Formats: sequence, structure tokens, C-alpha cells
Amino acid sequence: MKEWVVISGKGGTGKTSLTASFAALATNAVLADGDVDAADLHLILAPEIRRREEFRSGHRASIRAEACLGCGRCAALCRFEAIAATTRPSDAARVFTVDPSACEGCGVCVWNCPAQAVDFNERTCGEWFVSDTRHGPLVHARLYPGAENSGKLVHLVREQARNLANQEHRDLVLVDGPPGTGCPVIAALTGASGVLVVTEPTVSGAHDLGRVLELTGHFNIPTAVCVNKWDIHPELADRIETAARAAGAVPVGRVRYDKAATAAQRQGLAVVEAGASPLADDVRAVWKTWMDFAQETP
Amino acid sequence: MNRSPVIAIASGKGGTGKTTVAIHLAAALLFHKRSVQYLDCDVEEPNGHLFLKPRIVSSETVGIPVPAVDAATCTSCGKCAEVCEFNAIARLKKPLVFPELCHGCGACALVCPVGAIHETPRAIGVVESGHAGSIAFAQGRLNIGEPMSLPLIRAVKAKRNPEAVALLDAPPGTACPVVATVRGADFVVLVTEPTPFGLHDLSLAVDTLLPMGVPLGIVVNRADGDLRVHDYCREHHLPLLAELPDDRRVAETYARGELLFDCLPEWRERFENLWTRIEEQL
Amino acid sequence: MKVALTSSAKTLADPIDMHFGRAKFFILADTETGKAVAHDNAQNLHAAQGAGIQAAETVARLGAETVITGSVGPKAYRALQAAGIKIALVEAVCPGTEALRRFKDNELPVLDKPNSEGHWV
Repeated sequence: MKEWVVISGKGGTGKTSLTASFAALATNAVLADGDVDAADLHLILAPEIRRREEFRSGHRASIRAEACLGCGRCAALCRFEAIAATTRPSDAARVFTVDPSACEGCGVCVWNCPAQAVDFNERTCGEWFVSDTRHGPLVHARLYPGAENSGKLVHLVREQARNLANQEHRDLVLVDGPPGTGCPVIAALTGASGVLVVTEPTVSGAHDLGRVLELTGHFNIPTAVCVNKWDIHPELADRIETAARAAGAVPVGRVRYDKAATAAQRQGLAVVEAGASPLADDVRAVWKTWMDFAQETP
Repeated sequence: MNRSPVIAIASGKGGTGKTTVAIHLAAALLFHKRSVQYLDCDVEEPNGHLFLKPRIVSSETVGIPVPAVDAATCTSCGKCAEVCEFNAIARLKKPLVFPELCHGCGACALVCPVGAIHETPRAIGVVESGHAGSIAFAQGRLNIGEPMSLPLIRAVKAKRNPEAVALLDAPPGTACPVVATVRGADFVVLVTEPTPFGLHDLSLAVDTLLPMGVPLGIVVNRADGDLRVHDYCREHHLPLLAELPDDRRVAETYARGELLFDCLPEWRERFENLWTRIEEQL
Repeated sequence: MKVALTSSAKTLADPIDMHFGRAKFFILADTETGKAVAHDNAQNLHAAQGAGIQAAETVARLGAETVITGSVGPKAYRALQAAGIKIALVEAVCPGTEALRRFKDNELPVLDKPNSEGHWV
């Protein structure tokens, strides 16, 4: 069973659009949406949710106003600017309160409050789902607004997808990865069989591709690169592919800039489902080349 | 407004044009003879510098305080390992610290009964400042693979000059780096595109930012006649500040790292109008 | 000597668990007396981060001199090193009794650096 992850470095290069088409082209795959911060794959795959679980991680402090002495030790010790003074409604006394969106869950205020007035409850950060789609099962998730995105939920989504693939004897897990180069991407990459980086021929795309290839190089994962919207700057597309090769990655093709991509998305279809087009041909060719490269690598 | 405002430019979805809007707003402000500062808070993938091409005059390493245990003083009581919420200290014969897991909270140093823990900074990235012509500039660059980004975002925001209008280029998404960037701002411009992904992620961003109490306004980029974002703004009583039309020439200019005003002068007026609309909201 | 095997279930007859940090059980076995006791590692299976580190703490506390397992990530490796605990490597799943026999016959290679990546930090 192999696990293939699609990432992008810079956001907006077309990673999710392409993954939706790959999902349509793959046979016998479990799909996973690892972009738990702003998940979009479900907008094309129209999942029917079969299972929903809460995702709990860390704790959050909350000061019981009636027990607060107003000494301010918590605010003085908090390194995350999460505690501020406020007025207690019952007697207009000055007390302190935690801003939940800034609270790091470290517990310093909890352990150091002279009145033990701080509660420290487990934090529910989001939820994850196992669903059915027309292209196979999909594991996906939703982080609640402002939650920490350490990668734990991304890891969980991948793990559930792998378990499902094993149970159902499917040979491929295809992951729509998160953008960037931080912890969520690392969580999407560790232990993956192969990676496709979807980039674009722009100075931003080239810059961010460099950072992404450092990461995939560090993890020693066979890496393929696809230049999307290549014809808005063909010369930079060439240079990007050359730089990718120099970094040990393999270019597997290019996809053109075409409004048909937006049109398909607006119909709720992957590009390869929205009728024959040169754009769909480009996407099929990239999938084939990537899979050929993938079969070669152990 | 008795001091210059702080405007954050954010977006649920990546690639909608946040940086494009931020840098062109900065350029438009210059035309209005305003003092302006661009702060790139997307510390994982800072891109503003590719377009503004600033001259960097100072660079500082930003670190977070991580514990070091003095083995001679340590009595192996294990309280430091027990109190650490992030499992950054292993309780062995003597405590073993894993600096990469440490969030720099100081709980261990506070709990140690014999004062055996002192903190030393672990570098997470750099803050660079300088200027791009008359635009004051600062950015953060996070070390690759570094999990802690918030202290670096705070360090970039600390470069704020209160005399200038500050434009904060936020990271994409809705997780805590965006919240940390937007906190304390006077206004947030949310950039989106009129596609299903764009609208969906816009609604996620609005859900995250609205409770923070910072006024919001929407910019539709790559507008092509599709009205889903217009409808959303109307339904949610959010001001639609500008429509930037879909134009392949814009994509090509952006791809080359050039400013729109230089190649497509009609765009200057669009951003001047955007600034006027933002000012009305302040 | 005392050795800790990572195990998928409670007895040495069961297959070993190839992963150190999130192994379901640690079986502490005495190579001289043959006595074996299983310790549940359930709380680590859900740890946000540092599961490997916690696992290393556990086997150190149990007094193991060597760990017998399939893969160890970088943080767990560092913790085991600091605790002076050796790592004997099994390349494929087999019953605990088999792994223990091969260890006693000096057939298992000693791991001298982590052989698995960390997970998200």
C-alpha cells in the first residue's frame, strides 16, 4: 500500500483542483484531505459522512472570576499575551481573564495562581470524518477557528486513511496536503511513499518551491514536481524544472492556464470529469507520468 | 484616528492575492503622500520582498527561551517533566530537554524547587527590516521545519512605527498564526476569489475573525461576473470594498515579480479607490 | 538482564509491535529467569507529541537495559541513549519469544542511530 501526498508550498497553485482530478483517475484509492485548516477537497468530492469524531488536543486555561483575587500574577507570568485585566460584574472588582484564542495551554497560570482560581480543561480543536464519495472513501477534517495547527490532526487523518486502506485492501492512499512548509506539511510528509509538489511559474511559486524541496529532501521522499498554469511565464517554468532537477526532484509535466479549471470547480466537478478538453489532457498526462515515476521508485 | 491605523490583509484560501493587494495598497498610499509601512507576517512563506525588493538594513535573530538543567543542582524530583504540557522534558536519571518541542512557557523553571533550570534562547528565525523606496519594510523568515511561528510574528509586529499606516500581510488560513497577526489591528481586508474554494475559505476566515471584534471588509480578486461573493457579503452585512477583475495580464505581471502599476497603469486607480473605501470604514 | 520488548499484545507469544513510541504494550522480560510482565502503553497512543519520549521514560523506569523493537524515531532514540539503554533491532514482525531467542543468540543488530523519522515536530 502506497501513500502519495500532493503539496504546494505556496497556496493557490492548484493542488486541490489537481488532487480532485487524480482522485477521479485513481482506481482503488482511499482519499484524504490533509489541509485541515481550509479543507476544500470535499467541495468537489461531495462526501456522505459515515463517521464523525471530535479532535481534542491540549488544554485551555479559564479564570473563575468569582474566585479571582485580582493579584495579576497570571498576567505577569503569561508569555503569550493571553491574560488581561477586566471588571467583575458582581462587584466591579478588577479581575483577570484569559483570551481563549491566545491561550497556549501551557498551564503556567494554572499552577501559579495563589487562589487556584484557574480551570484547565481539555480543548476540542476540531472534528474529523470518514465519508463515502464517488471516487472512494474520504477521510477529512475541520479545525475550529483559531485552533492550533500543530500537525496532530493531519497525522490523524493520514493514519485513519491508511487504516481504512488496509482494512479494505486498497493499494493507494492519496492525500491532498496542506500549504506552506510548517508542521502541518511535515505531518503530511513523514513516512509518505512519494510527493508531488504543484507549483506555478511565478517568482513567489519558485521561491516557495525552494523551501518545500528543502523539506522533502530532508525526509528523503521521492519528489515529483508539476508546473501548473505554466504558460503565464514559460521561461520561468523552464527554470523551475531545471532547479527542481538540481534539487533531486523529477518534473512530471505541466498544466496550462485555462478558465476551464474554474468552470469545472463551479460545477462541482474535477477537471477530468468536466468533459474533454486540452486542460483535461494535460492533467491526465501529469497523472500518468507521476504514476510511472512512482512505480519505479521502491 | 489619532494615530495611524493598522490594516491586516488576510484570506482564508492561499493564493487569492493577499500579497498583491498589500503591496499595491502600500504603493497607492505613497501616492496619497501617506507614510506607510509593510510588515510581512507570513513568516513561513514571506513573498512581499520579491515584489518590493527592499534594502534590508537590520536583521535580528528571534528566539524562544528553552530550559537548560544544571545537573549538579538537580535533585531528579521530576517536577519539570511532569509540569511540561508539551512533553519537552523526559524524566530520566536527570531531566532530558527536547528544545524543538518546547513552547517557551517557563513552567519548568518556575516549578523547579531548587532553581536548577535556567532558560536560554533557541533561534526560530529572523526579523529583517529596511525600506523599499519610501515604503518602510519588515519581514520575518521562519527557519524551515520550525514549529513555533507565533513569537516571530509578534517580533515582526513589534517593528511597527505608529506614525505610519501599517499594512500587515497575514499568513493564509484560519489557524492561530492568522489570529496572532490580526489581533490588535484596526481593520482586516479579506481577499477572496469568486470560486467555490474561495467562497468556502472566506466563510471560514470570517467565522474566525468576526468574534475578534476587528471590522472586516472584502476584496474580490479575479472577478469575472460570478456573484457568489457579492451575495455572501450582502447576506452577512460585510462591506465589499473592491472588485479586481480577472485578467491574464495581471497573472503574467505577478509571475514576473513586477508591480502592476508599472505595467498596467489603470490598476493604480483601483487601489486608490480601495484605500478610500478602507478609510471610510475606519 | 532485563529487556523490554515492544508488543502488540500482553504475552511473549504475541507478535512484537514494530514501533517503539506507540507500541501497545511493553513486555519486561528477565533473560535469566524467563519471567515476563506486560505493561500497557495506552496513554502514549494518544499523546499529542513526544510519544517516543514518554515510551523511553517508561522503559527506563522499568529498569530495562535493552529495548527490542523495529523502529525508533529521533527523539525516542536520544532519550534512550541518555538513559543508557541499548536498542536491538528486529527487521520484521515475529512473535516475542522468537525475538527474545534471537537477542540471546546475539543475532539482532544494535541500532546506533534512529531508523524512523519524527512525526510532526
